[in-house]
Amino acid sequence: MTYDAIVVGGGHNGLVNAAYLARAGRQVLVLERRERVGGAAVTEEIFPGFKFSVFSYVVSLLRPEIVRDLELPRHGMELLPLESTFVPLPGGDYFATWADPDRTRREVSRHSPRDVEALDEFGRLMHHMAMAVKPMLGLVPPDPTSFSPRNLAGLLRLGRHFRAVGEKHLLALHKLMTMSSADYLDEWFECEPLKATKSASGIIGTFLGPRSPGTAYVLLHHYMGEIDGAFRAWGFARGGTGAVSEAIAAAARARGAEIRTAAPVARVLVTGGRATGVVLESGEELAARAVVSGLDPRRTFLGLVDSPELPDEFVRDIRRYRMRGSSGKVNLALSELPDFTALPGPGAHLRGAISISPSVSYLERAYDDAKYGAYSRRPYLDVVIPSLIDPGMAPPGKHVMSIFVQYAPYHLQDGPWDAAKREAFGDTVVATLAEHAPNLPRAIIGRQVITPADIERTTGLTEGNIFQGELALHQLFFLRPAPAWARYRTPIRRLYQCGSGTHPGGGIMGASGRLAALEMLRDGV
Amino acid sequence: MLRGTPFHPRTAPLNEGTAWRRWAGYLVASAYELQHDREYHAIRGSAALIDVSPLYKYLVRGRDAARLLDHLVTRRVATARVGQVLYTPWCDGSGKVLDDGTIARLAEDTFRLTAAEPNLRWLGDGAAGLDVTIEDVSERTAALALQGPASRAILSQIVDADLSALKYYRITTARLGGSPVTISRTGYTGDLGYEIWLDTGDALTVWDAVVAAGRPYGLVPAGMLALDVARIEAGLLLLEVDYVSARHALIEAQTSSPYELNLGWAVSLEKGEFVGRDALAREQARANGGAAWRFVGLDVEWDSLERRYRDVGLPPTLPAVAWRTSVPLYADGTQVGYATSGCWSPLLKRYLALAHVRGPRAATGSAVEMEVTVEHRRRRAAARVTPLPFFNPERKRA
Repeated sequence: MTYDAIVVGGGHNGLVNAAYLARAGRQVLVLERRERVGGAAVTEEIFPGFKFSVFSYVVSLLRPEIVRDLELPRHGMELLPLESTFVPLPGGDYFATWADPDRTRREVSRHSPRDVEALDEFGRLMHHMAMAVKPMLGLVPPDPTSFSPRNLAGLLRLGRHFRAVGEKHLLALHKLMTMSSADYLDEWFECEPLKATKSASGIIGTFLGPRSPGTAYVLLHHYMGEIDGAFRAWGFARGGTGAVSEAIAAAARARGAEIRTAAPVARVLVTGGRATGVVLESGEELAARAVVSGLDPRRTFLGLVDSPELPDEFVRDIRRYRMRGSSGKVNLALSELPDFTALPGPGAHLRGAISISPSVSYLERAYDDAKYGAYSRRPYLDVVIPSLIDPGMAPPGKHVMSIFVQYAPYHLQDGPWDAAKREAFGDTVVATLAEHAPNLPRAIIGRQVITPADIERTTGLTEGNIFQGELALHQLFFLRPAPAWARYRTPIRRLYQCGSGTHPGGGIMGASGRLAALEMLRDGV
Repeated sequence: MLRGTPFHPRTAPLNEGTAWRRWAGYLVASAYELQHDREYHAIRGSAALIDVSPLYKYLVRGRDAARLLDHLVTRRVATARVGQVLYTPWCDGSGKVLDDGTIARLAEDTFRLTAAEPNLRWLGDGAAGLDVTIEDVSERTAALALQGPASRAILSQIVDADLSALKYYRITTARLGGSPVTISRTGYTGDLGYEIWLDTGDALTVWDAVVAAGRPYGLVPAGMLALDVARIEAGLLLLEVDYVSARHALIEAQTSSPYELNLGWAVSLEKGEFVGRDALAREQARANGGAAWRFVGLDVEWDSLERRYRDVGLPPTLPAVAWRTSVPLYADGTQVGYATSGCWSPLLKRYLALAHVRGPRAATGSAVEMEVTVEHRRRRAAARVTPLPFFNPERKRA
């Protein structure tokens, strides 16, 4: 049989894409290389009884329209709030923000009374910035060089939108687009851990430091996270991020999509400049009237397709497309909760994010190591303990801890990652956290260390870049992943792209998958 | 996890229903008794003691202190005399109100500013290049409001200052018991009353002294519910209830100028440059008499209210406590504004509301209709625009 569309890669974007195509009545087949769907949004039981969101670990950017259109709550998605941020400091003190605004105000005031007022004003400005930029997340980027009526209409709509944003806010947006997150935050705040923790949002998943220009925008990208209409809300998925993928897969199946796991695609079949199907690694050929790849741009265009089928210039652009791995993960199974010297005992501070980001200089120094090809000796850590929010993730009384680590470069100066380096990296991470929670090492029952090389090997993400390409300004909107090919189409007819390497980018957002599906339907797929 | 105020060891045992509410991160009593009526009547009939410690308080000192304040607030500060207190709003550059509070001139170059919200950064940003120091004394200054007709008689017994010489909106230093305090003849009730400012370390001895002196006069500790009724009767507006600070407003329509809040009397366009002056001068110069909105009193007509209830076979139901929701106002079938606070005044026997009304409908005596929900259905009761304050006794200033 010939499918209407074959989706290569069962990550969340591929699944969203398939669900929308199936919803429109198309015969869709999703092919996933691994034995489970989800890509980087998977839950796995690494140690018996201990479940982990192995890679991506928090949810916020998932588009509300996707949640509604695909009825994800009905298919089992449940989001739980992530309420606080706790930052233990070197001197034995801590900094925190809490779910309750009064409590946050009091805490910030303890460090800087001035910053309490700044926080309100900053929050309001970021709200406006997010309002200005957010519509773009749901928009197919118009091509500024094309004069087709549809493109011009798109540009005009965008122009009108930005005129309505107002001069004051456009100037602020200009700053956000060009400055480093450290410089930007310096204009607002004086409290170091506050600045550092906020600027950390600007460096996640990029190979840049908080003092690198352009990182202020990434800050905004994360600020746009939205749950139930409230900006800046982050949450856990009950059952881990894999449960979100499973819910999307269930929604897709319910609409008639077929999903095959353990079915790695070797190549996309191209006949006469047109995609006609795929060949699996097993040699099986599957025919389709359209093929859409959820893989990253490098893997799609330099792996699935023979390069003679593509224009030279495009191939060069894809080769230049920056996907530098910069982060790793350490997943721990724990016999007991970490006990922080700065705030002993259990408490609300363990139910949110625990961030090792005492100062901007600390983060920048962590980047210095990475610049010269080493993992950070004292890395930035973003720690969550999902079992405190969703007890089903660990056996009763036991806990799972997820530690996001930056920086861990894909290319090490002293040669590729190996088992010894991986374990040494894990030791560094545990030691960094143990400085603040001395009981941690003896509480560890199981440890999974994930380097960028491991991310690449397991999920297929080139260099282990978690966003399928850095969120830098030269790789966003109509430049993502390459000029003139940002509208989910490719130089090969009926071959589409739907991964987060397309606009609007990374995070468990699903927008790329949805927008790609809508464009495909528009093309008559 | 919220903090008690410095008076918490005294107020907590008095709180019969453990009815607390939040104010600036502190716990304050909604009412001490299970019903707040007696507390309200004490404000108007004898005296009430109200813990107002959560107010933000700043000391502004130095050669340029008056210059700084004149640059930031709308009223003229430089000409205030030592011992004078000014009520004033302050605005952003667009002439929209950020907050409101009082400024007490404690000495030639020393002022105490009270505010509803944090203003330290705002004061500091305005102070660049000036010879002035700004200190946040919120945490080390406790405050008690002693309000009501008997307040002077009570306080006179325990302070060494001559209160009969202390005029309305004046402040004096004094010793109360053994504690140094400042006493201002100010308050949020529109009645005869005083506010006592003291070091937090003296809080309990001062509380005990005032309570002991007040007992023969029927002094009652009062919570926020009683205060809310009194401040509506006095026509005094409340930040984040009756107006939105320009700091928090997400859209321009949520902001208000002082003129739109009935605070034009506290704007001195003549004093020279200050933040928001140009915008306020433009607003005043507008052809149709300035502000687009007015902040007014509403008197909800009893007969009309009674009819709405009689239609469904019920006697009129009055709000048991002051409400703080936005209620639409209509005239000739279209919406002309919204009320933001309202209550039944047990003293005046009238249903009162504070409201924002657009244009000509804001004139005193104008007839409007206020939405009331009668048996789950929206109805409209007739109301009349009334000058503020609703209640303004001689004794307030005498």
